[in-house]
Order: sequence, then C-alpha cells, then structure tokens
Amino acid sequence: MDPKINAGQAPRWQDQLYDELRRNNITQFAYVPDAGHSVLIDRSLADPGAHSVGLTSEEEGVAMLAGADLGGARGVLLMQSSGTGNCVNMLSLIKGSRFPFLTLITMRGEFGEGNPWQFAMGQAVEPVLKAMGVICLRIERPEDVLPSIKAATTMAFQSGQAVAVLLAQKLVGAKKF
Amino acid sequence: MDSKRNARDVAKVVAPRFVLARCQAVPALIGRHEDFLHISGLAGAVYDLTALTNHGDHFYGLGGAMGAACMMGLGLALARPDKRVLVTTGDGELLMSLGALTTIAVINPPNLSILCVDNGHYGETGYQVSHTGHGVDLEQIAQGAGIKLTRTVASEADIADGARILRQGNGTAFVLLSVKPTDAPRVKLNLDGAVCRETFRRALLHKS
Repeated sequence: MDPKINAGQAPRWQDQLYDELRRNNITQFAYVPDAGHSVLIDRSLADPGAHSVGLTSEEEGVAMLAGADLGGARGVLLMQSSGTGNCVNMLSLIKGSRFPFLTLITMRGEFGEGNPWQFAMGQAVEPVLKAMGVICLRIERPEDVLPSIKAATTMAFQSGQAVAVLLAQKLVGAKKF
Repeated sequence: MDSKRNARDVAKVVAPRFVLARCQAVPALIGRHEDFLHISGLAGAVYDLTALTNHGDHFYGLGGAMGAACMMGLGLALARPDKRVLVTTGDGELLMSLGALTTIAVINPPNLSILCVDNGHYGETGYQVSHTGHGVDLEQIAQGAGIKLTRTVASEADIADGARILRQGNGTAFVLLSVKPTDAPRVKLNLDGAVCRETFRRALLHKS
C-alpha cells in the first residue's frame, strides 16, 4: 500500500478487517466508491488474489455475489447506507434462493451527520434490511470490528445467512460540511 | 398525442428487424448447451433455457429479481475461469440493468458471453412495446459500454457468426438476437430458487 495515502489517518481496524476477510477466503470485492471503505477498496485493487469490481449501482453487487456463490467463491459488497435502498428488490434473489450474503455498510444520516439529505435512507437502513431478511450487526467501537467480522463471516458462509455489518458513523466519523 | 404517433411510426420502421423465430434461433445460436454454465434472466429467457437444457444442472434461471442475470454471470465467470459462462437475457431485463454492461466491460472476463434475446416487447406482461421496439439498439449500447466483441443476429445468415462469437474467449462477448414477438417454449419452470442453487452447486462443485 502507498504509505502516502494511508499516512497517519486510516485506523488500523480497516487493515485488520481486510486481512480477516481474506483469511475467510473472500475473493470478490464489489464496491461503490466510498471514503469509509477506501482502505478495503485500495487493498482489494492491489491484491492479485482478489477480484475488485467497481459497480455503477449497489444492486449489481448483490447479483454478482450470488453468481460467485454458484461458482463456489465468496464475496463481499462494500457500500454506503444510501446504497441499501438501491438493493431492495435484488435482495429477493438472496432470500428466495438462500444465497449466503455479506455486506459492509458505512453509515450516514446518524451520529453527527451534517447533510440532511442523508437522514431518510440512513435511518431506514436497518428496518429495510430486516424486512428483506438480512441480519444487521452494528459496530460503534474499533475494538468490536474484528470480533464482529468473524461473527458475520461465520453466519454468512457457514450458516448460509444474509448479514449486513453496519459501520456506524460514530466509528467511521462524520463528514464535515 | 404527437409523441405517441411518432413512437408508433418508429415501431413500424424497426419491425422488419424482428423476423427470426426464437424457438429455432436460440437453440441454433447456443448449439451444444453443455459447453456452458448458464444463467438466464426471467420471462422469455428462462423458458428458452429451461427447454433447451431440459432443466439441466448446469443452468440457473431467474423467476424474479429482474436485472440480476448479467451480474450473476460476472460473479460466476470470475469464480470459475476454467468454465465458459453464458448469460441469456431479454431486452426488458437488460434495459433495467444497463449499468451492468459497463461494469462487465471494465472487468472484461474472457469466459463470459451475454446473449440478449430481443423481441422488442414485454412478452410476459402482455406484449407492451419495449424501448428496443421503438428503436433503441442494445448492441450499440454494449459497444458504447466498452464491450469490444459484439454482434447483432437478425437473419439466418447471421447465426453461424453469432454462435462463433459466443464461444470465442478473447474477452466478454455480446450477441443481440432479434426475434419476432412470439412466446418462448411454454415448458414448466422450476421456480424454487433454493433448489436451483443447490442443484447447480452440487453438479459444479462436486464434479469438478
């Protein structure tokens, strides 16, 4: 990784998170660009053992991960809370066919949010995901990241569940406006 | 009213493109279906492929989640570079997921081909004219997305070339098959996605 990009600002938990995903044989990283996921995105792009796929819209990633599972591969969808809304009908693919599903969502529209446009979808993330059968694990403290991601990968890939890990705005920090 | 009349005029002009019969053209274009892992979109395409593969265990067909087929094909193609993946979709489903063409073109997996069976209509909901029936050209959109290997198959004479493109393997291929707005073979579908998934995975992951 380029030390200039990372110098003193990226919390260590993001690197631990990437390493844990790779230890769990996750090889497909589908993402919509997001500042909160930038370490994961950059590391997946630089990783010869991973496929890093930029999406035009988040629902593409839901379908892509279902295809990965058909081929015996594991993937993760990296998105922001607003992208959850774009996934809703596509999640019927996951529920109806019982595909394992793992997504990491950086939250907006909550703790300290300065952009009012973010609240409607941000506040709706959990009820919308739950309505579509996705289990939500919410993380607010850096020390909870690693245990939560271990739990989520077990639930998704061993137990075949759909799991969303919500990286709370308290954890990732509110954008300044 | 004027725009409605114009749309009808366009539909009449583009109609001569939709002449092939899908029940013959789809099997002719795909050829030996066992050469591919298949994903199909909902509606016409899932009927075409259920009939062609006879509910094969190398086939996963959608009954909903409209817009999923192309990106499922990408995930599968990346997971299994040793296999050729064919996505069969319709004009309606593809129009709903045009962004996927650009995402796929950027990755450009050599083992992925996309076949769009374009009848210019939404057959499943009562044959309302789709945007392609009003002149939208999905092959040009695929080209614009950056897919280098594209063809339109609109007559018997085009089929052999189209079949070759689907199997070429230098990069992702896109074939637009123009057909008459008539029904796909009306076979019984397996609409239990979980069974389809399990059957597909067992056949692929335990055999190879």
